[in-house]
Amino acid sequence: MTRSAAFRRITSHLKTEWQLYVMLVPMIVWFVLWSYKPMTGLLIAFKNYRPIDGVLGSQFVGLYNFKQLITGTAYSTMFWGAFRNTFLISIYGLVFGFPVPIILALLLGEISHNFFRRFSQTILYLPHFLSEVTITGLVITLVYYGVDHTGILAKVFYDINFIEPGVKIIETAKYFRPMYIITGLWKEAGYNSIVYYAAIMGISPVLYEALRVDGGNKLQEIRYVTFPGMAPTLTIMLVIRIGGMLAVGYERIILLYNASTYSTADVISTFVYRVGLEGTYMSLAGAADFFNTLIGFILVIGANFISRKVSSTSLW
Amino acid sequence: MDRLSRSDVIFKIIAYLLISALVVIALYPLIYAFSASISGRAAYETGRVVFLPVDLDFQVYKILFARNGFWISYTNTLFYTVFGTIWSMFISTTGAYALSKRKLLMRRQLNFFVVFTMWFSAGMIPLYLNYMKMGVDTRWGIIVAFGVQAFNIILLRNYFESVPKEIEEAARIDGANEFQTFSRIYLPMSTAAIATVTLFYATSRWNGYFWASILLQSANEKPLQVFLRTEIMTYRTLIENMVIDNLTFSPDSYAYAILVCSIIPILIVYPYIQKYFARGVNLGGVKG
Repeated sequence: MTRSAAFRRITSHLKTEWQLYVMLVPMIVWFVLWSYKPMTGLLIAFKNYRPIDGVLGSQFVGLYNFKQLITGTAYSTMFWGAFRNTFLISIYGLVFGFPVPIILALLLGEISHNFFRRFSQTILYLPHFLSEVTITGLVITLVYYGVDHTGILAKVFYDINFIEPGVKIIETAKYFRPMYIITGLWKEAGYNSIVYYAAIMGISPVLYEALRVDGGNKLQEIRYVTFPGMAPTLTIMLVIRIGGMLAVGYERIILLYNASTYSTADVISTFVYRVGLEGTYMSLAGAADFFNTLIGFILVIGANFISRKVSSTSLW
Repeated sequence: MDRLSRSDVIFKIIAYLLISALVVIALYPLIYAFSASISGRAAYETGRVVFLPVDLDFQVYKILFARNGFWISYTNTLFYTVFGTIWSMFISTTGAYALSKRKLLMRRQLNFFVVFTMWFSAGMIPLYLNYMKMGVDTRWGIIVAFGVQAFNIILLRNYFESVPKEIEEAARIDGANEFQTFSRIYLPMSTAAIATVTLFYATSRWNGYFWASILLQSANEKPLQVFLRTEIMTYRTLIENMVIDNLTFSPDSYAYAILVCSIIPILIVYPYIQKYFARGVNLGGVKG
């Protein structure tokens, strides 16, 4: 009886509120078709994929592809190299990419001249909206070195003896990671400071007054008022960063790397791209992809779990 | 501000200096690209172009505008941006509106269904196979299958939730149904959020490269970014092969000219929307 009462309540709810559910349909269909349905394709990692058979029809091979990746003669060196690079680039990205926007927000908070602050913010957020193709195109031309001329940035590096004159930056493995990280900072640091700036603006001025009365200086102010006030934002942003750590910007890497920098530039996603999409070994690429997705997911859940324990802020 | 202590003053000076330096760093490459695109060859190649253009030479733009692929890809990108943004906004605003309603059944689960896609993606190969199977290698395919982002939906949802209940109730009493409440009350009241998300979607369409370069085969359908990339990789030989005796501009100027053309539309739209999005971004604080 209770069940039929509940059922009746739901049908009457749907009868009056059906329009709301109609509005949900396009979104649900979109996510099912373009986000959830492709997940079934992860099966390819356990198959010997042949295009004619499709993913489902291809022969099931268990962990064969993973064995090929991890210990096989043809691909394992490349895979472990990519694995190491993914890890290193992510760590560098975190070490530099995380604090810089925070510092930027602190600095912006000090600018009391309204026009100058708004102008600076406008300019600093701008690079975020430029495309990876544009930005990597700029980098490639700026650090060019050839018989005809030297790119202006390369020239500066040569002149200050930062880089040995004549070294082609774009083709030198050891310069790839700094180049990648700096390009990323140039593009995103300003934009990523928005969240922290808002957090700083949200701190009650009374707290600053109180510290001032007690005779605190600027550094103490940052240490005892600003940072504690930003703490929830810092935690949630750190969780997001760690969760998305393995999702290295592969587009930028593909646009910046070349055969002579694979040793430092190749990450798992670019490995997947070269083997599976430029090449034809889909199953092996699929296995590497699966591996990447899985670790990424574990990182998200782990970071979220820790954040919930430590600060009661969580993503879900 | 008469009570500034010494440490305050020092900190402020440092802040002004550093921010000024960073503004210069952010802007410099763009100004340089523009100057280099209209400078003469000798001036450019001997490094005399540092900030402003030297020996003005606009010929490179003439050559660029005469390239077939340039206009085709430019119009293609306009097409992808306009229709793609409309499509993304349609799906996102309707979905976000429904999700913002407390009376919605299974609201938590539906939110999770959306947020989950931010943290778990099928990966490149499964996505590729799905796109191929669903025939996403055409103009309309690119529009339909891309560009909806969970983050933007959450941002809109949070904004809709902040619209006062009384306004909706008043509309209801006046006999407005759900669709009317949405389109006549909520959309006009959410300009900041709508402008922000539109900017996000439009720039991601304008800048989209990776999947377009993989999926689209026909040169007639390729967007600007794909054209730009191909030209960046080949312009040296391209320009030298164009039989021009005594090249007056550097091949690099050609590359810079395309870069400038890809940036300009963003520079035109950006200042108008900039005032909204700093506010908008902070609404996206994700909570499932």
